[in-house]
Amino acid sequence: MDHNLQAKISRRIAKDSAMKWLFGSAAAILVAVIAFLFYGIGADGVDRLNLSFFTNFGSRFPEKAGLKAALVGTLALMAVVIPVSMFIGLCSAIYLEEYAPKNKWTAFIEMNISNLAGVPSVVFGLLGLTVFVRAMSLGNSILAAGLTMSLLILPIIIVASQEAIRSVPDALREASYGMGATKWQTILHVILPSAIGSILTGSILSFSRAIGETAPLIVLGIPVIVQFLPTGPLSTFTALPMQIYDWAKRPQPAFADAASAGIIVLLIMLVTMNAFAIYFRNRSEKKLKN
Amino acid sequence: MTTTLVRNDKETQFRVMKNENWQKPVYETNGLNLWYGTAHALKNIDLSINEKEVTAIIGPSGCGKSTYLKTLNRMVETVGGVTISGNVTFMGNNILGKSMPVELLRSKVGMVFQKPNPFPKSIYENVAFGPKIHGVRNKAILDIIVEDSLRKAALWDEVKDRLHKSAYGLSGGQQQRLCIARCLAVDPEVILMDEPTSALDPVSTHKVEELIRSIKNDVTIAIVTHNMQQASRISDRTAFFLNGEIVECDRTSTLFSTPTDERTDDYINGRFG
Repeated sequence: MDHNLQAKISRRIAKDSAMKWLFGSAAAILVAVIAFLFYGIGADGVDRLNLSFFTNFGSRFPEKAGLKAALVGTLALMAVVIPVSMFIGLCSAIYLEEYAPKNKWTAFIEMNISNLAGVPSVVFGLLGLTVFVRAMSLGNSILAAGLTMSLLILPIIIVASQEAIRSVPDALREASYGMGATKWQTILHVILPSAIGSILTGSILSFSRAIGETAPLIVLGIPVIVQFLPTGPLSTFTALPMQIYDWAKRPQPAFADAASAGIIVLLIMLVTMNAFAIYFRNRSEKKLKN
Repeated sequence: MTTTLVRNDKETQFRVMKNENWQKPVYETNGLNLWYGTAHALKNIDLSINEKEVTAIIGPSGCGKSTYLKTLNRMVETVGGVTISGNVTFMGNNILGKSMPVELLRSKVGMVFQKPNPFPKSIYENVAFGPKIHGVRNKAILDIIVEDSLRKAALWDEVKDRLHKSAYGLSGGQQQRLCIARCLAVDPEVILMDEPTSALDPVSTHKVEELIRSIKNDVTIAIVTHNMQQASRISDRTAFFLNGEIVECDRTSTLFSTPTDERTDDYINGRFG
């Protein structure tokens, strides 16, 4: 046995296990951060999670403060964001993938949509302030905030839907056109049923981003202490991230506990939505596997 | 409206066929030229496809045989930059003009592709797809069409207990026969087959060939194939394509036994291709 070769191989094996430790510890840092976050928030906030926390409005007194208005406000906001962004986003993606000619213009538009996904949310807040709050005189209403949030997540929905539509094999389009189906029939009966899982996955992830976004709401001038439930789309409201932000910056330590409890509620909503997203992704992957 | 026109045409042609006792071409191609951008893919093609016959189109890769087949249902235009000149008529109707919508043409001309491409739906929904998009809503009628088509495709006994299971659970050969059943469900005049067995094992290939033989009394078939034994086994007439031109077209038995062109002789005897 060549002694030299043996030494080389031992070195390679040592390097191999060193790399394993490097990658493992990188992942461990992330797990540690998440564990620390959950522990810190959980320890502070879990005591506040009782029924009155959900049924009380905001208050000057930390022990009376609840997130009723914020929770209902966030749900109302989503009731605007989900239909508006899904409708415009899905229709745009279908146009770009199935109808638009493949030329420089389309490529230019698609590139701009991808770039929009990277624009900071505060910029969308300013856009919403100019267009919806002031020019269209919607004020700091659910509708104005919902439309702003829809603009914010539209690029993500469009890009995710385009990818989902593109991943439907061309063989299925050929089969459908070959049967004499029109473009719309092909989209409705072949492409969308195959792509809808991935479209929902991308959309739900972007909805959870809209739920957590704070900056645009601050720019739009959404109030924090609201003592009534919204009465309609033009009603003033507050939302979970605004409420948490307000509690977190108050000096009394008891408000910090309320903020932690609010974060737990927000995280539970996000984790639930992401679980749905994963479920839809797995289901659609299984369906398209031939 | 247009559908009735075509149906009437078909009846007229049946009468002509009976009276004169000759095979009326379903498709007539005259002086067909096709370019992909500047590449001249089909050069001056003259070819007829006769009713209730199996026409095989053979030739080496890149000879234009698939392009020709896809011209017959205008699927060739789905890739951009295609220019076509010349005449192609289907049952007397010019299919290259605007007078016939591709949806109508394709409801009369089915296509089977190289790789089986069932939809990610149930077996039943795959077969019912064509009738449904052409407006059949009645569940009882759909049930009859589905069973009838699957029986014609010799697949009924294999799938009757799992009609509502995914078509992706079928083997490759079964999937291809399902695709043929899907075509049969709209009662087409012609089925175009683009190397339908090239992705299949020999046993599945044999079953598809059996199926072609059993449906050729009801439907005209044009089949592109790489496999010359297959062409000689199942076809009535064979056209040999080379570099975008038709070198020779004749009765299959004649073409394979006494080809008139030296290049045909070379190709069918495996000296190139």
